[in-house]
Amino acid sequence: MQEIWGNIVLYFENNMDAYFNMLQQHISISFRVLVISIIIGFPVGVLCVVFKKRQKMVIRMFQILRIIPSLAVLVLSIRFLGIGTGPAVVALSFLAIPPILMNVVAGLEGAPPFMLEAAKGMGMTPLQVWLRVRLPLALPLVLAGIKTAMVEIVASATIAALIGAGGLGQIIFQGLSVRRTELLLIGGVSVAIISILSVLILDLIDRFFQRYKRYKLH
Amino acid sequence: MMENAAVAIEYRNVSKCFKGAGYNAVDDVSLSINEGEFITILGSSGSGKTTLLRMTNRLLDPDAGNIILFGENICDANPVQVRRRIGYAIQQVGLFPHMTVAQNIAVVPKLLKWDKERIDNRVRELTELAGLKPDEFLHRYPAQLSGGQQQRIGLARALAVDPKIMLLDEPFGAIDAINRLNLQDELKRIHGGLKKTFLFVTHDINEALKLGTRVAVMNEGRVCQFDTPENIAKNPADGFVESLIHSCRQQEKFWEGLV
Repeated sequence: MQEIWGNIVLYFENNMDAYFNMLQQHISISFRVLVISIIIGFPVGVLCVVFKKRQKMVIRMFQILRIIPSLAVLVLSIRFLGIGTGPAVVALSFLAIPPILMNVVAGLEGAPPFMLEAAKGMGMTPLQVWLRVRLPLALPLVLAGIKTAMVEIVASATIAALIGAGGLGQIIFQGLSVRRTELLLIGGVSVAIISILSVLILDLIDRFFQRYKRYKLH
Repeated sequence: MMENAAVAIEYRNVSKCFKGAGYNAVDDVSLSINEGEFITILGSSGSGKTTLLRMTNRLLDPDAGNIILFGENICDANPVQVRRRIGYAIQQVGLFPHMTVAQNIAVVPKLLKWDKERIDNRVRELTELAGLKPDEFLHRYPAQLSGGQQQRIGLARALAVDPKIMLLDEPFGAIDAINRLNLQDELKRIHGGLKKTFLFVTHDINEALKLGTRVAVMNEGRVCQFDTPENIAKNPADGFVESLIHSCRQQEKFWEGLV
């Protein structure tokens, strides 16, 4: 134990710059993937609700994508996209879109019909019903979907090092190949910390938007 | 009843048949309602009373006939504009949970782009009219209100832009007996002070006869009788109305037996 701790300290003494470089890569990949999956997942979810007939087909397609293990998606993507950060971002996005998409659909469909009816009956246009009632009511579930996706992205971004995307996965894979426990610990704990921090940030955003739910009838 | 009052709502041979149903939910209904009246529509579920109400603000469109509000045939009008001029309250209230009481009441004024000061004043005024203290309630969320308080705010919201016509779809259906009596009294008070035309749908005969200046009794899509509560009680027009009155009398006997 003493020895591992010593090695960890030694690693940081010699590789501080490299470490922060990989940390920054990891966060930057994760963030890019999150933004892309929201940009795709959200509108597709909305379209699924608007065009109900196609909804099942689209959701099923994304669910199948989700069943494929993230490692397989990444390895398969080498064939079509090559290696490097770009392909990794695309491949990881395929994994992160389904939870966002499905929660957008669930949130939008969860609005009670009588509430939409009340909004319409008061004289809101269809667009106003969407913007002022339906979307705000769906927001908590949408954020939950983003949270799920975020955790998945940060974890899977580790494997992305395999196809040359960089990130903290590099430390872990290096540790595996040269059997150095301290490298596995540094990589693993760092990923865990990013994961926890990102969930905490999303929780704060979540709380802000859901403050109306915290109040209970006294 | 007022003499020479303007006709607020006129149904001319209105019929509505839902897709797949072999009968008319509303069947050739013609009614003329004067401004300032408090009309209750009484009927059991499936009688077409809610369908008739929902056609009045174009949440549904009739398959035949016309509906005329203050001389304007709404079947040709823009449905959104029609709805903004009509107050609408429903049994489930439908307050938006992500908005405070003040924001809920301000929904339609904001749609009509009122300025902030006018909205604020109106919101306070209406909260008081609904029997709640503005300073205590305006910043609460619907989840922090009791069922009765929610419906009070629901009514305030429906009254927000001072509509000439109010449509109320069993607004007190989910409220306990004691609160319901209070709310009925207050609704009557509000109606008396505002000179608006109220259209109130209910399946409760006591509520219908207590609130209505005239009562329309509906059964199987048709209006069996449209008259003052006194006349309905004294001279029921057909077997159905008679059976309604009879059921009330039975209840009375039951009570007498208990005391």
